[in-house]
Amino acid sequence: MISVNYFLVLSAILFSLGVFGVLTRKNSIVVFMCIELMLNAVNLTFIALSRHLGNMDGQVFVLFVMAVAAAEAAVGLALMITFFRNRESLDIDDANTLKW
Amino acid sequence: MENLVQIAIQNVNIDAILPSLVLCSFGMVLLLMNAFMPRGKSTPAAWFSLVAIIVTGIVSLAAWNKPEFGFFGGVALDNYATFFNIIFLVAAGLTILMSDDYLKREGYPVGEFYTLILFATAGSMVMASGTNLMMIFLGLEILSVSLYVLAGFFRNQTKSNEAGLKYFLLGAFSTGFLLYGIALLYGVTGTFDLARMGEFVSANPEAISNPMAVAGLMLLSTGFLFKIAAAPFHMWTPDTYQGAPTPITAFMSAGPKAAAFAGFIRILILGLGSMKAEWTSLLWIIAVLTMIVGNVIAIYQTDIKRTLAYSSIAHAGYALVGIVAANEIGVSGILFYMLAYTFMNLGAFAVLVLVGKKGEENLTLDGFAGFGYKRPWLAIAMVIFLFSLMGIPPTAGFAGKFYIFAGAVKAGYIWLAVIGVLNSAVSLYYYLRIMVAMYFKAPTEEFEWIKMSAPVVASIVIAVVGVLYMGILPGGVISLAKNALF
Repeated sequence: MISVNYFLVLSAILFSLGVFGVLTRKNSIVVFMCIELMLNAVNLTFIALSRHLGNMDGQVFVLFVMAVAAAEAAVGLALMITFFRNRESLDIDDANTLKW
Repeated sequence: MENLVQIAIQNVNIDAILPSLVLCSFGMVLLLMNAFMPRGKSTPAAWFSLVAIIVTGIVSLAAWNKPEFGFFGGVALDNYATFFNIIFLVAAGLTILMSDDYLKREGYPVGEFYTLILFATAGSMVMASGTNLMMIFLGLEILSVSLYVLAGFFRNQTKSNEAGLKYFLLGAFSTGFLLYGIALLYGVTGTFDLARMGEFVSANPEAISNPMAVAGLMLLSTGFLFKIAAAPFHMWTPDTYQGAPTPITAFMSAGPKAAAFAGFIRILILGLGSMKAEWTSLLWIIAVLTMIVGNVIAIYQTDIKRTLAYSSIAHAGYALVGIVAANEIGVSGILFYMLAYTFMNLGAFAVLVLVGKKGEENLTLDGFAGFGYKRPWLAIAMVIFLFSLMGIPPTAGFAGKFYIFAGAVKAGYIWLAVIGVLNSAVSLYYYLRIMVAMYFKAPTEEFEWIKMSAPVVASIVIAVVGVLYMGILPGGVISLAKNALF
């Protein structure tokens, strides 16, 4: 019997890896993949807790999160394409026309 | 089986989501209409979306004092939701009025612009009426996904691309934190329903000191504080506000910000009311930091759109003071202030829409030099909006700040109120600078490009009337706001 704590620790590690990736990587697509990693870490937390609590709500939430993540991916990739067309680059360091 | 269906139908209660349903239906019809319209004609779409806003406004107002609950306790169309719905509709309506000529000038007369505004408004409504974390999350995402597109709407302008991309990446990043917070709170309380969550936490006081609950609260707050542009999560705001199309900047600073406040207040007071000591001590610091960061950095800006972006950060700080107070006058003060801010900020941006030129290189202080003599009426309207943003009587901004700071003093946060008032004094500098440019500087060039167009002027007039009415006779609106508390 694997206790829920293992799943929570695993998802916390995955979430931290995602955050670390967002903060350190330079390519917008890789940054976006790290964000997806964060969302999926959260999904794992939801499923594990749902199983632990014997309550289906958490699993339903995961379906919503996946639908929302798909919508976000569609919009986000479209934004990256328009950015690439004007700049020939996806490096977030090139997003530098606006600064204080 | 039949019993189950019966229970489901009774619990769904379509009336509870009627305003957002009506608005979404109009949005979808408009989406279809756009497919059959000739390219380059967006005016019919603008009028259609204006009709949608007015019809939804009537439907929303009909729900005042007649609360509807549905979706197994997930949605509550109470007075609180209705009050916020009106704020969102005012913001969307004024945005649509000022958009049409702007889109033509910039060369993007595309009807989808209005569809996205309608969907973003519907998302805000879902957020304000959600009493379940799942519902609030969904509303937030409907809103955010529409706004990501709107911020990057001018797809051939590098500034707009950049605004959209930055908003998207940081917005999705903060969504991750918000979701993790929701997951941890679910782990502690076993429910997403705010009322049941509140009961659980007050029945099990040991849950308050559970590190999982505290971490959940922090992560959830991070997600919301990002959306309301509170420091230190404000980094996206100036870039996105500067690069996005001007009407969208106006819209983002009023409607979605109010939506985030609506959801945040509902979660904190209804769901986590027993953890008040934890979240007030957190938000106290955030509120002070937000006010100081917004006002101090605004002083160093030369671009007016960017100055207003920092000023909107500062205004989020003032509104957070009301959440920290968390009493009747503080929270109803936030409701009042959000409506007041919608009028004054959208009015100021409508003036910017008129003053800007194609490509918008004209939004520095020099662009306003001599404005007061060349376009006296427009300049007077701008002065009224700036006075209101400063918080000088008899404008709506003064009344709003008065109620919020009165709430803070009543709750015993005297130092917080003092810091807020001192920050308002700092803000005089950068607002007055715009007025000085308007009245005491010789114009560098002529103002031939300013064409007064009826819809934009209508939005400015509505905003002036709103600001002055709420400033001179605040009693009516504040008593409505007090009725709106749940």
